Amino acid sequence: MKFAVQVLEAPYNNQASDTAYHFIKAALDKGHTIVRVFFYHNGVVNANNSAEPPNDDRNIYKRWTELGKEKGIDIVACIAASKRRGIKEGQIVEGTRISGLGQLADMTIEADRLITFG
Amino acid sequence: MDEEMEVNENVKKVMFVMRKAPHGSIYSYEGLETVLITAAYEQDMTMVFVGDGVFALVKGQDTTDIGIKGFIKTYGALEHYDVEKIYVDRVSMEERGLTPDDFAIDVEVKEAEEIAALMEEQHATIPY
Repeated sequence: MKFAVQVLEAPYNNQASDTAYHFIKAALDKGHTIVRVFFYHNGVVNANNSAEPPNDDRNIYKRWTELGKEKGIDIVACIAASKRRGIKEGQIVEGTRISGLGQLADMTIEADRLITFG
Repeated sequence: MDEEMEVNENVKKVMFVMRKAPHGSIYSYEGLETVLITAAYEQDMTMVFVGDGVFALVKGQDTTDIGIKGFIKTYGALEHYDVEKIYVDRVSMEERGLTPDDFAIDVEVKEAEEIAALMEEQHATIPY
C-alpha cells in the first residue's frame, strides 16, 4: 500500500514526530511504500538543522536524515509554514527539503492512505 | 452520487475537518491555506466544521484588538475555488449558541451521523 504521512507538531513537545517515525519504519518493514512525508504547522520544526538535543535521548532530527537519505523517502517541509517559524532553505536537516503546499495535495491524491500525526 | 465524478478515477474525494477556533491557534488559518491550494488540483472537496471549528465561520469577526490578521473574508473566496460542499455539525453549532444566520457564508447543517457517513466515502480526510 502507498502511504502519505503528514506531521503537524514539533518534535519533543509532542509525540507526533516519534509515532510518525515508528509508523514509517513499520510500514517499510512490511513492504509498504511511503509516497512522501510532509511537515506542516509546527511540524516544520522537524526540519530545523540547528537543533542539538541532549545525546542521552533519541535524536528526532537524525531520524529524518536516516529516512530521507538512507531510505530515500521524500521529506518536505512546507515553505510558508517554515518561513513563519524561521526554518530556512540551506538550514534544514539533511535528507529533507522545503517546498510548497502543492506537495501535500499531490501526495494526498497519489497515496492510498493519508495518515496525519499531530 | 455524481456520475461524472464516479467515472473519473483521477478525481479523489478529500475532506478537510476544521476542528479549532480561528485565532487561538494557527490550525484553522493554515488549514484553510491547504484547502485553497488543494482546490487547484480540482478534486472533489468537502469542508466540515466541527467542535470549536464552527467559530471560524462566524460573521462580523473583528481581530483589530487582538492584533491578529483576520481571515474570515477568505471563506468568501471558496466558492470561486469550486469548494461548495461546506458542512457544519449541528450539535457543535447549537452547543455554541450559533445558528446558520451567524455564519459569513452559506453552509449546510448536518447531523454527526451524516458527517460520519461522508467520512466513510472519502479517499482522504485531513484534520486541522
